[in-house]
Amino acid sequence: MSMLSASQRLQTFANPTRFMALSGRIVGPLAIVSACLLGAGLYYALFDSPPDYQQGDTVRIMYVHVPSAWLAMFGYMVMAGASAMALIFRHPLADVCAKSAAPIGAAFTFLALVTGSLWGKPMWGTWWVWDARLTSVLILFFLYLGYIALWTTIEEPLRAARATAVLALVGAVNVPVIHYSVVWWNTLHQPASVFRLDGPSIASSMLVPLALMALGFTALFITLLLVRMRAEILRRRVRSLLMARARA
Amino acid sequence: MMAEFFNMGGYAAYVWPVYGLAALVVVGVIWQSLADYHAQLKLVSELEALAGGRIRRAAKQPSQDAT
Repeated sequence: MSMLSASQRLQTFANPTRFMALSGRIVGPLAIVSACLLGAGLYYALFDSPPDYQQGDTVRIMYVHVPSAWLAMFGYMVMAGASAMALIFRHPLADVCAKSAAPIGAAFTFLALVTGSLWGKPMWGTWWVWDARLTSVLILFFLYLGYIALWTTIEEPLRAARATAVLALVGAVNVPVIHYSVVWWNTLHQPASVFRLDGPSIASSMLVPLALMALGFTALFITLLLVRMRAEILRRRVRSLLMARARA
Repeated sequence: MMAEFFNMGGYAAYVWPVYGLAALVVVGVIWQSLADYHAQLKLVSELEALAGGRIRRAAKQPSQDAT
């Protein structure tokens, strides 16, 4: 702490303060937007979309599975991007962002894996197969868990931030592997049907609930990220207040 | 009509656990995030109240010396 220059110390306090004021105003409305999108998405997903001509009503699993899988990767990209910012620019909020994104990303990765399994059993006849897509997403889940575990093993936040940022960046090679796994290898998992060069190959009656759920999940992710970042900033404040008390 | 909806074309055993688990995970993460936030908020206000008392005392003393 004593090694920090006065300007660095000022930056450490100024930016989180501004973030707290700004995020405090955004988080409530964003939570309402998430709830509305998810409500509309659920309505279309369960009541106002047709069963698939091949997969029947199991297609409704897609409206949870695909947004979860997107967020599993989006969460990791947020975490790796923020980690890079923390390492290169030492932005005081970057490692707070990376740390806060990890548990949310891990939760959605878990959801993607389990809902995929529940979809695989009726459609492929198996709960699990060691194909490239499933295996690389399982590795993503373990990367999240390792990242979270590393934060808890190093007590000093600045040192923990550096070590975890390196881990997050090394693990980032897995993200393009997940995305292209269905192209590079012959997988049981089907290839992309929304983000394609020739446009979505999915019927609009199914694209509407999928898009609403994906937007709702993403808005929820950002809401939760803000709440967790606010909690993390407060936690560091508690730490510095306790240290100040210990010195006094 | 209702029974048909819950039957999910014979796939009820797969579709409903997906939605149930998703609800459980989402509510769980929301609950844990908010609980942690409020716990930290409480700690900060308690510690600041303690430190604030000391700062006010420290601020008073120099002015007394000056007069």
